Amino acid sequence: MELRVKALESVLVEKGLVDPAALDAIVDHYQHKVGPRNGARVVAKAWSDPAFRGRLETDATAAIAELGYTGRQGEHMVALFNTPSLHNMVVCTLCSCYPWPVLGLPPVWYKSAPYRSRAVIDPRGVLAEFGVSLPQGIEVRVWDSTAEVRYLVIPERPAGTERLSEAELAALVTRDGMIGTARL
Amino acid sequence: MNGVHDMGGMHGLGPIVAEPDEPPFHHRWEARVHAMTLASPTRSNIDAGRHRRELIPGPDYLAMSYYEKWFRSLAELLLEAGLVTPQEMAEGEAAAGAPRAEPLLKAEAVATVLTRPGSYVRAAATRPAFRLGETVRCRNLNPTGHTRLPRYARGHAGEVVAWRGAQVFPDANASGLGEQPHHLYTVRFTARELWGEAADARDSVCLDLWEPYLEPA
Repeated sequence: MELRVKALESVLVEKGLVDPAALDAIVDHYQHKVGPRNGARVVAKAWSDPAFRGRLETDATAAIAELGYTGRQGEHMVALFNTPSLHNMVVCTLCSCYPWPVLGLPPVWYKSAPYRSRAVIDPRGVLAEFGVSLPQGIEVRVWDSTAEVRYLVIPERPAGTERLSEAELAALVTRDGMIGTARL
Repeated sequence: MNGVHDMGGMHGLGPIVAEPDEPPFHHRWEARVHAMTLASPTRSNIDAGRHRRELIPGPDYLAMSYYEKWFRSLAELLLEAGLVTPQEMAEGEAAAGAPRAEPLLKAEAVATVLTRPGSYVRAAATRPAFRLGETVRCRNLNPTGHTRLPRYARGHAGEVVAWRGAQVFPDANASGLGEQPHHLYTVRFTARELWGEAADARDSVCLDLWEPYLEPA
């Protein structure tokens, strides 16, 4: 693949169809500018700022934009709030849709056939494979990203974190917690 | 199209393997394919790109990695648009006398383009046909072209839980028929409606579905 990709890039650059410096900038953006730390900031702010949480509930795209996270694959954001009686989990069965501005690029398992096929029919089995033990009686709600709406799970704030700062709270938030394949 | 990409509800596709501390790209070429796809003159139609990947024959689709599929669809879109010839692609060199273009996306514009708040919402010609709380049923559609109505939801009834405005309709846009916006709804289906009595009575699955996929239940 390395050689075939290199050949294609050489032709596209030679024909003026892509700017190699633009390719470098795109790679840099997805390696360094976006990633789950962005989403973790959103979650930590939702935990510690009730007004922000309210805005996240009514218009997540705008609320997330307040923190500077906008753009491709985050055009229409919806926040899904976990509660003691509801656990949310996100998948894209048809391809691999994922909220890039807040979570970065998806991990291989999220894009893989095993996850895409089973998340909707056996979410509890999938969660068990991820080592998640669900509280008794909880509802599991799976969101299949079939359009351009992108979902971000807001986990419940862990107990005993009342004294933590927003930055300390953000450090507790995991990528899988925001996909819904982990609980904090 | 009823392709292998539409895999929601299938069994037997293997274990989920998570990699600790996974990097955004595993190889340099993956990063270049990702970047070329986003910078290419073919980049503007996200639905056409998705459909191109669905058209990869099923056995190949299942055997290929994510970025192998991206590479193949990018190459095909470039060939189809006449921007590159198979010989150029094989040799990594432009043909003698081939025209030179100006790249659409320059390095200094990348940050702006990637973070620009976009929208797929469009003005609607009609009012929404369905209300929040209404029960709707997915039509039994089996188009041979692109669609975002998964097989596992077809024929099943659910409750409208959100209206997302009228949005670009992928079934039309993927085929170059224009955006043809239609109202988009989030519909919640009980797990038992989709999968039968063995499913957990508490659970549900939500899908985003365009109005042409739905009928009153």
